Amino acid sequence: MRAGIVLFPGTNRERDMALALQRVTGHRPEMLWHRDTALPAGTDLVVLPGGFSYGDYLRCGAMAAQSPIMQAIKAFADQGGHVLGVCNGFQMLTEAGLLPGALLRNATLRFLSMDCRMRVERTDTPYTNRFQRGQVFRSTMAHGDGNYFADDATLERLEGEGLVALRYATPAGEATAAANRNGSARNIAGILSPNLRVLGLMPHPENQVDPEIDGTDGLPLFESLAATLATAAA
Amino acid sequence: MKVLVTVMPKAGVLDPQGKAIGHALAGLGFAGVGEVRAGKVIELEVAETDAAAAKQAAEAMARKLLANTVIESFRVEIA
Repeated sequence: MRAGIVLFPGTNRERDMALALQRVTGHRPEMLWHRDTALPAGTDLVVLPGGFSYGDYLRCGAMAAQSPIMQAIKAFADQGGHVLGVCNGFQMLTEAGLLPGALLRNATLRFLSMDCRMRVERTDTPYTNRFQRGQVFRSTMAHGDGNYFADDATLERLEGEGLVALRYATPAGEATAAANRNGSARNIAGILSPNLRVLGLMPHPENQVDPEIDGTDGLPLFESLAATLATAAA
Repeated sequence: MKVLVTVMPKAGVLDPQGKAIGHALAGLGFAGVGEVRAGKVIELEVAETDAAAAKQAAEAMARKLLANTVIESFRVEIA
């Protein structure tokens, strides 16, 4: 895997993401700058990490979606490249049109910084192949605008094409309203592009990759990616 | 020339901010306030002197950046 993590002014989760990727690949990913106009040759994964790019001005992720590197990332995705957006990165992906819908202010109006649980809806994707179908794993949410919204036609299409990757759920795996703290449509925590290579999710699986720091619930996501991209490179 | 772009949450899109403002107004004793919606106004100073052209340019800006048309509608006025 040759991963690049994009840094925007206000990004703050890039180091955790780098450690998560390093844990599964054995080497450090490259840090990319938002003003770059091209990705390093051989890049096979671009990660848009969490944070508060451009101070969340206008709308979360709106400014980042217009930054120079985003053109290169769009072209990369069009050519079948893998792109992972976490939290602010998910917001950027929707603002850039790489994933449908939008992230609204949390229904409670509160910034939510707490544990959450997600149910894995399918396991035949580059990001989830090391999970079990229906598996519930613990993660962390830390966002003010994570309330996934899309119009009914878009939601039906996402469901029909199996592009909902992750749903907020109880520990027993039920997608209840109580488990859906930010108010997302249909408990959606993460969605995929039609080719399954772009994933956006609000919670932070990179928080749970070290047994000594909050456990390894999030590790299978990175192991999935490492397995997928190691095969692709071979 | 000054152009005002008003951006509002689309009908049907949850507006928790508007709701909270509504609750606060009720709490302050302002009766008879129905639904409250909160949006934003963006004021642009443009070099263009032709009003129609300025409006058209501002609409393009709104579609590309100022509004997210998945969740927001916009209105452009020449101030």
